[in-house]
Amino acid sequence: MISMISIKNVSKWYGDFQVLKLCNTEIAKGEVVVVCGPSGSGKSTLIKCVNGLETFEVGEIVVDGISVGTRKTNLPKLRSKVGMVFQHFELFPHLKVIQNLTIAQRKVLRRGSKEAKEKALSLLETVGLAAHAGKFPAELSGGQQQRVAIARALAMDPIAMLFDEPTSALDPEMIKEVLDVMVKLAEAGMTMMVVTHEMGFAREVADRVLFMDEGEIVEDQPKADFFKSPATERAQQFLSKILSHGAQA
Amino acid sequence: MYEFDWSSIPGALPFLWAGMLRTLQITGVAIIVGLVLGTVIAILRLSKNWLLSAIATCYVTGFRSIPLVMVLLWFYLLVPQLIRRLIGRSDVDIRLFSAFVAFSLFEASYYAEIIRAGIQSVSRGQVHAALALGMTGGQAMRLVILPQAFRRMIPLLLTQAIILFQDTSLVYVIGLAEFFGVAYNTGNRDGTLVELLLFAGAVYFILSFGASMVVRVLQAKAAP
Repeated sequence: MISMISIKNVSKWYGDFQVLKLCNTEIAKGEVVVVCGPSGSGKSTLIKCVNGLETFEVGEIVVDGISVGTRKTNLPKLRSKVGMVFQHFELFPHLKVIQNLTIAQRKVLRRGSKEAKEKALSLLETVGLAAHAGKFPAELSGGQQQRVAIARALAMDPIAMLFDEPTSALDPEMIKEVLDVMVKLAEAGMTMMVVTHEMGFAREVADRVLFMDEGEIVEDQPKADFFKSPATERAQQFLSKILSHGAQA
Repeated sequence: MYEFDWSSIPGALPFLWAGMLRTLQITGVAIIVGLVLGTVIAILRLSKNWLLSAIATCYVTGFRSIPLVMVLLWFYLLVPQLIRRLIGRSDVDIRLFSAFVAFSLFEASYYAEIIRAGIQSVSRGQVHAALALGMTGGQAMRLVILPQAFRRMIPLLLTQAIILFQDTSLVYVIGLAEFFGVAYNTGNRDGTLVELLLFAGAVYFILSFGASMVVRVLQAKAAP
């Protein structure tokens, strides 16, 4: 088992408030790990620590053998290898869809414009949006924008993908089209860390489920165990709350 | 009743035109230098380094707290000394040069504040997205933040440019013949000061009003 993301004893404070409390977990190459938990539990903060968008005071995070938290680390280089998808898509509104996919390939990876464009078009094809290459993000629906955002991250040929609540800002009818792309990606063997409340997605493709509450990783279990018999009461309560409406589960 | 005498205007038109060119020249230089320098100062002001940020804040506060006329006069008096010391010559046209310098520096302080607000209006999520793709801070600023910020700022920047265009008339204090100066001198010479200043006022009004109409169209376009 090759470790891709290793989180060891990570703690983080905002002033006096501790947002992360001694978080520990390992994500192996090719593994899909879903992180869930109530809002404010530190899920998003934790995932943003993985590529250094958030800093942490204590502990160590190692991605593909490189420690994230040290001063010497070339963070831009590390981030270029780790894709990230955000809750609010964050496509660049002043650039066309195709340029959203080529800009970092060209400016960060120094790929030629022809190569970058070909890569971009083939990825847009994969997410079913090749016909929209010449549009601006604002002309697309939320679901389409999020699929473009996934393609944008994939254009960098990432070794792992981080998803920070990728479907939370979407209308219900658009969630599926985004999840479908993510399922395909998981099945293709991508290493994925996914913060989401979509338990259906977790059941379908996750290898493990992490449950966070008040800054702690309360549970870290293979998905079957997590859904069958969560060890802690907090996780049981959480599961019963989000599963009781049964929409996606 | 006062008899208007417009007869001296046609003959003065070539000079007035030359004056207008000079006015536009000063405006243009101040806009370009002001934008470049203003962007640098805005970025410094937002810097995490307190010293850089403090220097930029001093610059902005300083220039915004002094009347433009005084800045102009100071530069008119200081710049010749400086140039003489630097290149050992004193035969350059110091008036135009000091007008360029003064207006550019002054304008930069106003643009810096507009640009700073523009940069801050771009969401943190956009910055994160740029960084997550492996861009450096500088790349994120250049490729993602500034292009969005400038688009939003265009109406404000243009409005400030219109104010600047009118403010260039202040260079009469250092005896530089821009549009207002030419009108004033011609009127004084021919005893038709009222007519020439009315004419000059009309020209300023038409150009400024035209430009603010453009701003309004741009604002309507920018609004969602």
